[in-house]
Amino acid sequence: MIRLSRHHTERIVFAVIGLASVATAVPIIIIVSSIFFSGAEAVSWQFLLEMPRDGMRSGGIWPAIIGTIYLVVGTGLISIPLGVASAIYLSEYAADSYWTRMIRLAIVNLAGIPSVVYGLFGLGLFVLFLDLGSSIVAACLTLSIMTIPVIISTAEEALRAVPQSFRVVSVGMGATRWQTIRRVVLPQALPGILTGVILGLNRAAGETAPILFTGAAFFLPKLPNSIFDQTMALPYHLFVISTQVPEMPITIQYGTATVLLAFVLIMNILAASVRSWQRRKREW
Amino acid sequence: MSDEITFQIEQLNFYYGNTQALCDVNMTVLPREITALIGPSGCGKSTFLRCLNRMNDTITDTRISGSIVLNGQNIYAPNIDETELRRQVGLVFQRPNPFPQSIFDNVAFGPRVLGIATGNDLHELVVQSLRAAALWDEIKEDLKQPALSLSLGQQQRLCIARVLAVTPDVILMDEPCSALDPIATNQIEELIQELKEHYTIVIVTHNMQQAARVSDKTGFFWLGELIEFDETTTIFTRPSLQRTEDYVTGRFG
Repeated sequence: MIRLSRHHTERIVFAVIGLASVATAVPIIIIVSSIFFSGAEAVSWQFLLEMPRDGMRSGGIWPAIIGTIYLVVGTGLISIPLGVASAIYLSEYAADSYWTRMIRLAIVNLAGIPSVVYGLFGLGLFVLFLDLGSSIVAACLTLSIMTIPVIISTAEEALRAVPQSFRVVSVGMGATRWQTIRRVVLPQALPGILTGVILGLNRAAGETAPILFTGAAFFLPKLPNSIFDQTMALPYHLFVISTQVPEMPITIQYGTATVLLAFVLIMNILAASVRSWQRRKREW
Repeated sequence: MSDEITFQIEQLNFYYGNTQALCDVNMTVLPREITALIGPSGCGKSTFLRCLNRMNDTITDTRISGSIVLNGQNIYAPNIDETELRRQVGLVFQRPNPFPQSIFDNVAFGPRVLGIATGNDLHELVVQSLRAAALWDEIKEDLKQPALSLSLGQQQRLCIARVLAVTPDVILMDEPCSALDPIATNQIEELIQELKEHYTIVIVTHNMQQAARVSDKTGFFWLGELIEFDETTTIFTRPSLQRTEDYVTGRFG
């Protein structure tokens, strides 16, 4: 048995954990750079802003981009108010009872459900039972159910991070609890809430399974006219042109992947900069 | 008669769950007097202080009996608006706890939320409050600077100014100097003397000298009971109970 000095052990441990962190970063860098490298030549203004032509084998991906924007905006409109309101209730009002513990448990578990299950649930509830059909509104509702747990848990965490003393001071001066929440707690928690919102919507933007049965179209010759129309969307479009269309030029596939990745990356960078702004602002 | 008494407290009992924290407390607080509450940690003096503006209401599983009459009104009566009560009876905390905002916004917070003043009136009220809290001369050049850039002593005076801005009648102070150095403590004590001109003050302190220096009346709490309450000079020179004497002379506690 070789006995290492503790200094040697330290070096070996650092080397191993350092390698582990490099190993996790390498695949991400390879994926992102190879997609951007191969996709960059396909991306142009025409590619971004034109309708697909020739069975999607040429032309652009405009309807998929616009469809993803519709879905993200619609999901935000539903999930942000509901998620933030629930987080405020759970963090500021709800007593620690059996029921609130059950609600929290449900939220944590909802976040772990596979996205295809959300898709099937949306198909059953919104598309069929509520008779919304395969439509933007049904897809947004389905994506919202998936996004809300993310928003609730991050927003609740952000609210709880606001020091109790701020609330006590405000109430101690004669503010009501709601005034305290609106004037003291929410402004302090806002950056954290925004981070959660962006990350939640980011997930909604990149998912295929939840919209597969609830609102995504294989191909549409025109843009949707109302929220009850189907829409094309970037992740599903990428799936379609990669697997469903024969003789698909590979540049279009890479170009679409590049646009989707850029979309998600921009939202992530946004979330990261909100977080660092929050850290600079927080002085307590 | 009743307008000569600020607080008339009778047979006050307070419970956290099944634990009794206050036991049959009776006390009379007179206007524009400083009442100091002393006693070992856990004796109930802070709990008592927080009963006076119903801050204990925010803690779940607590119970109270007896009566606290403020200027002729029982503050635990069902028709009392506790937010108005808390405006009238301000509370200064142990640790300075300004909001991470500018000096101006800190002092303006209460008046803005309660709709007491806006525009020029608000500015005037903020200036007045900062003057009254003896902070004005040190910070008048820059009301926009962040409150957290002030020293701890200045922050505590800012917190006092923030309370003054909602125009209270009574100021409760819960060990306001325990986080401060001797010089800052001295400034706060001088300030308390000045505030006495216009406000009734009840102060919890662990510092015997402070109680002796600043207060008119002193109450000694022991295991949830107010076992002695008298003129401060009496408490510190010839208390009627041996236990009080032992405590104020530092023999225990």
